[in-house]
Amino acid sequence: MRQNGYLIETIAAWILALLWLLPLVYCLWSALHPAEYATNFDLTAPLTLENFARAWRQAPFARYYLNTVMLVTLVLAGQIVVATLAAYALARFRFVGRDVLFALVLVQLMIMPDVLIVENYRVISALNLLDTIPAIALPYMASAFGIFLLRQAFKSVPNELVDAARVEGASSFGVLWRVFVPLGKTTYIAFGLVSVSYHWNNFLWPLIVTNSVESRPLTVGLAVFGAPETGVDWSIITAATVMTMAPLLLAFLLFQRQFVQSFMRVGIR
Amino acid sequence: MVAAVMSATESRGLRRRNWLTNVNAWLLLLPAIVLLATFTHYPILATLYHSFFSLGRSGPAAFVGLDNYSYMLDDDVFWQVLRNNVIFALATVPTSIALALLMAVWVDKKIAGRSFLRLAFFTPTVLPMIAVANIWLFFYTPGYGLLDQFLKMIGLSGHNWLGDPATVMTALSVMVVWKEAGFFMIFYLAALQTIPPDLKEAAAVEGAGRWYFFRRITLPLLMPTTLFVSINALINSFKLVDQLVIMTKGGPNNASSLLLYYIYEVAFTFWDTTYAATLTVTLITILAAVALTKFIYLDRRIHYQ
Repeated sequence: MRQNGYLIETIAAWILALLWLLPLVYCLWSALHPAEYATNFDLTAPLTLENFARAWRQAPFARYYLNTVMLVTLVLAGQIVVATLAAYALARFRFVGRDVLFALVLVQLMIMPDVLIVENYRVISALNLLDTIPAIALPYMASAFGIFLLRQAFKSVPNELVDAARVEGASSFGVLWRVFVPLGKTTYIAFGLVSVSYHWNNFLWPLIVTNSVESRPLTVGLAVFGAPETGVDWSIITAATVMTMAPLLLAFLLFQRQFVQSFMRVGIR
Repeated sequence: MVAAVMSATESRGLRRRNWLTNVNAWLLLLPAIVLLATFTHYPILATLYHSFFSLGRSGPAAFVGLDNYSYMLDDDVFWQVLRNNVIFALATVPTSIALALLMAVWVDKKIAGRSFLRLAFFTPTVLPMIAVANIWLFFYTPGYGLLDQFLKMIGLSGHNWLGDPATVMTALSVMVVWKEAGFFMIFYLAALQTIPPDLKEAAAVEGAGRWYFFRRITLPLLMPTTLFVSINALINSFKLVDQLVIMTKGGPNNASSLLLYYIYEVAFTFWDTTYAATLTVTLITILAAVALTKFIYLDRRIHYQ
């Protein structure tokens, strides 16, 4: 009886898992086979990379890759510097206005830049930055999330370590650099993975502020390429879709544990 | 006497140190504050401000008081997207949470192929919504799409899933549940691992069945996680609109449009930025209300657990 229940549950779990993978497997199938096999699941169908080659030729995906890589690098670098400094102040200094400033930081946890598209567009346009990569990055550079997480990490650093560094004559910056930053490593990794995933995948804001091949990230490039009115073949669109997902998906498959743990840490806070 | 002198110089020194600490701290916070002020605080206030003005397409923008708001209350599309958003939340939040819990319970056990199952469930989380939308768009394509082909195979007729106002929300909700359930699973998984194993042993000794144990012990212990996940899922249901750009453009006839997508349309297709600001005020109010509920209610509750 027990045994039976276990078997049924195992089978149910596997069915759900296979169902869960189906969209992805299907996308890969279609991308790797000639168009006439897009919905014809003949296991002897010839494999081909032609769809990728044609997608690559038909749209400037190399440029889109470059843009996305520049975007996530810029966002992450900015976020880490800004959040480290702010978190250090909030965690280890006692100063006038600290609680007010912390509350002002937390406002962004409630109202994220994602919903302030109308006014942020005005700001970016006033700064004369429309259609550039910094335009996509700037609203996200100060991450309340990052500040919050690092503040927590810095708060748990034992005072003895700070005092020891001070005795050795380290300045405030020295302490930050030699004590806090190394001890915040796991937080940095968790936050970094989530930030890179988020901005690699982000779409609506980049769609709004970019308007040219030179600044469009992959997601927007894919949407422009795959728009129904362009009449591009389904197989080629799936190939482009695979190209958009591939780097993150591969990173995830390689570093599964870190990804899952990072998403959890950052999510729970 | 000596002590008094000591303390005077000491306090002067302290005050000086204090002043330096203040300057240091403010300088450290400066970049964050400037960026947040420019891209969060100012935009929030500007949204509110602009919602009281006319667009000024011909001539300067004029103060119009609550005109934009009364226009909004008379706008059928506004009510429709709000209703859609509620339906979308009701359709996706409980379903993805229930599935997440089921997945977590399975993956938490010594089940055959455990790491493969976890991988399968979590993978959609790391994919861009826009890529996901592309794939599912093809599933739902009438006639040619995978779903219709399958239906044809078992002798049913196809359907224009995304083109029919009656089915479009369901079709989109299924996709979003698929995308999100695995993400919520990991929070349940973490919570399940904190339940002490001896609790289970004790229950087994008492002769409690698995279902009974789950209902009376596991589920109540997971309550904080459920609340946490529900609120996050609720917030997400107001933020997830990428799929609409690719799959339906809010159609047919606004049947699948959501509040944020409507804001996007009003602002960047019709270029009616003041009305878009008015709609944004509504969205901000909703999000703030949800977040405050979380702060006040949920955070305190978890604390006292």
